[in-house]
Amino acid sequence: MALSRLASSSSSSSRFADLLKPLCSAISLRRPISTDTTPITVETSVPFTSHQCDTPSRSVQTNAKELLTFFRDMALMRRMEIAADSLYKAKLIRGFCHLYDGQEAVAVGMEAAITKKDCIITAYRDHCTFVARGGTLLEVFAELMGRQAGCSRGKGGSMHFYKKDSNFYGGHGIVGAQVPLGCGLAFAQKYSKDEAVTFALYGDGAANQGQLFEALNISALWDLPAILVCENNHYGMGTAEWRASKSPAYYKRGDYAPGLKVDGMDALAVKQACTFAKEHALKNGPIVSVNLPHQLEKTLVFFITHFSVYVNCVIFLMPKAHQATEYNTLLEYCACFKLFYILEMDTYRYHGHSMSDPGSTYRTRDEITGVRQERDPVERIRKLILSHDLATEKELKDIEKEIRKEVDDAIAQAKENPLPESSELFTNVYAKGLGVEVYHQNHGSEYTGGHERSFGADRKEANFISFDPTHTVKKPCENHETAEVERKSPAFTG
Amino acid sequence: MAAIFQGVGAAAALSSSPSNSFDSKKFVSSPCRSFSVRKGASFAVVRSDGRVNLNPKGGRAQQLISNAVATKSDSAAAFSSSKPGHELLLFEALQEGLEEEMERDPRVCVMGEDVGHYGGSYKVTKGLAKKFGDLRVLDTPIAENSFTGMGIGAAMTGLRPVVEGMNMGFLLLAFNQISNNCGMLHYTSGGQFTIPIVIRGPGGVGRQLGAEHSQRLESYFQSIPGIQMVACSTPYNAKGLMKAAIRSENPVIFFEHVLLYNLKERIPDEDYICNLEEAEMVRPGEHVTILTYSRMRYHVMQAAKTLVNKGYDPEVIDIRSLKPFDLYTIGNSVKKTHRVLIVEECMRTGGIGASLIAAITENFNDYLDAPIMCLSSQDVPTPYAGTLEEVTVVQPAQIVTAVEQLCQ
Repeated sequence: MALSRLASSSSSSSRFADLLKPLCSAISLRRPISTDTTPITVETSVPFTSHQCDTPSRSVQTNAKELLTFFRDMALMRRMEIAADSLYKAKLIRGFCHLYDGQEAVAVGMEAAITKKDCIITAYRDHCTFVARGGTLLEVFAELMGRQAGCSRGKGGSMHFYKKDSNFYGGHGIVGAQVPLGCGLAFAQKYSKDEAVTFALYGDGAANQGQLFEALNISALWDLPAILVCENNHYGMGTAEWRASKSPAYYKRGDYAPGLKVDGMDALAVKQACTFAKEHALKNGPIVSVNLPHQLEKTLVFFITHFSVYVNCVIFLMPKAHQATEYNTLLEYCACFKLFYILEMDTYRYHGHSMSDPGSTYRTRDEITGVRQERDPVERIRKLILSHDLATEKELKDIEKEIRKEVDDAIAQAKENPLPESSELFTNVYAKGLGVEVYHQNHGSEYTGGHERSFGADRKEANFISFDPTHTVKKPCENHETAEVERKSPAFTG
Repeated sequence: MAAIFQGVGAAAALSSSPSNSFDSKKFVSSPCRSFSVRKGASFAVVRSDGRVNLNPKGGRAQQLISNAVATKSDSAAAFSSSKPGHELLLFEALQEGLEEEMERDPRVCVMGEDVGHYGGSYKVTKGLAKKFGDLRVLDTPIAENSFTGMGIGAAMTGLRPVVEGMNMGFLLLAFNQISNNCGMLHYTSGGQFTIPIVIRGPGGVGRQLGAEHSQRLESYFQSIPGIQMVACSTPYNAKGLMKAAIRSENPVIFFEHVLLYNLKERIPDEDYICNLEEAEMVRPGEHVTILTYSRMRYHVMQAAKTLVNKGYDPEVIDIRSLKPFDLYTIGNSVKKTHRVLIVEECMRTGGIGASLIAAITENFNDYLDAPIMCLSSQDVPTPYAGTLEEVTVVQPAQIVTAVEQLCQ
């Protein structure tokens, strides 16, 4: 850095500058690592396993910029979760706090494969997914501590992070309930012809919920662009998966729905799988077959997508379609037209289920340290970066220091942030007020229980004006007028 | 005259006494109902006292026909506007409301069991699938939990689904979705998402349908924060409330009643909506306020006839809005009559009546001359046998006795 500064500042001696130029350029070759987009091909750690479909290739295209972004994002998430741990122990975060450290690769890899137009919905272990979708650290910590600057204004808490503008739909406390919601998001995408997909995440514990299979059935029936992602960290709170599930092959549970098992600790494998799934969820035409005339191609696609029962006939009639060389049989090729997908991410969480769970009563410490040593997602990316010579050890450490500072700053800022006002208690219960929000200014923040207070939607005072601002006050005599008119009529004389 | 419960059985089944046939002539109140000419506005909000909320200054008080059944005799005098209106059954009114809203807003879609090709188990969605296609009128598999969840998920993105429970009782399977996701998401997301969903379906005690198909879910749902509940009772308010519910940004649970689908009434041709939070003044009076909703409105009106004969002057209010209560209308009525009788179909324990008693006592205790009386269904599973079923719900004779007791 000093040399380049010297070179740029020396305008006097051109020869000196010329001499330094090659030196500078030699150094600067390694300098702009964060913007280098030359493609690098990396092999995933473990091959993919598939059910009812073909597997994506093990070779993933990436570049230096992406790898460094992965490193930065995952290190940030890791640091954020550890900081949340300390804050919880300091009693600044209360209630439930489910930490995601160990599983960062899923959030980061998925984000790299999709756009902000695609929707993500997940369960309660949502801090890192929120950050991956564009949430700021301040919003995270403020929400965890119940402050106004939180993403849900302090009213949601750890399990209710949402970010509407980047299509992150939360943040749900009830196990499995978010999966039908996710299929609803996919339905809306299909309805509005959004050309986007929804990733509905759930855990191995939620995989045994009935509503999941209900949603799966409807999504497959209606061809919704939904991708169900099982983040299998092998423990449903304290119950290991072999004790909870008869079949731990969650990617096969879709039966007719294609499934893919992915190494969830490898961000690049996650990225590859999500790209693959999204592509197939949106695909309307055949992958190959340039030899078929266009109209025939369309007919083939129509038949395959709508009458997959009759696929065998189509194969018989259209031998040319066998150009689909990537697939062993045309059936497998056709199966990929199914719009529906299940991805199983084989991942691991270092912390217990939540902060009240030590995480060591149902698994050994050796297991945890073993996974940390062999499969840690951040370490994998770090090794990749170092082996491809994309940055030095020191540079990565600097990034981590930077991140640490960022997190500490965000925490400090969040601590300064005020708690919500008491009037916030009644806001956002209904859209547009509906009288639940307190209209009387004089009650302040005292819980006096005086009769001017509105306790809730049905505790309006008699002289309270309804939410409609143009509504004029009804005087009692007006009712009597109508009553008079009523009496005059011959009605009710029995 | 026009048969009230067409196809649902003889009118005698309504009450035990044979003389209480619904002779709708006697129910006609002041016949003039008119609606101001639309001045560019696409709809008029009609208040329960008939006032049209088009221009805040003007709008002379119009009388609303408060009888439930239209008759040939009053149809000529019924409207002083240019358009005569049209007669239809309650389920057709709901269908009209749905159809008009689906035409008006492409985001409105209907999902439920057998709503599409079958036309709806009570024919409320008949013809909609042919008109709007399979993507807007969706036949779901029998999976209430997930399709209600899907409706809520779709609503989060801005669609306006109308989810039908074939019977309200089946929605118990979707209780988690309704309570946690539908009711609370607006709050827990700090206002980021609104859930403009309508969850509708028939409930209430029918004609020997058995215990599981005769449930009153309004008592279970009433505690859920963030939802609105309305109960329709006439074709007029059914259509109006349906349209208002679809247009509302809040999740609305729309209670219909199995026995009211074949009610006939003449409703206006114009586009109109009813205020979701407002109660309907069915019959103004002086002596006692009778609060009721849904099917019990008709039992009350029947009892009102007898009461008037006996010299009482009951004020009958159809509360319509079960959450939140229209304490404004109710309060004014209590201040006038000082006696309250609540007639409902919910169970005695934890029903709408129980909450209403609490609300009125809390707010209007000083105006009451007597303790509030509440007539509700018995705290039993609804039996199958006809005679037992009759005793489970409140009958007009009981209402008469209660008023007499109250007015002593």
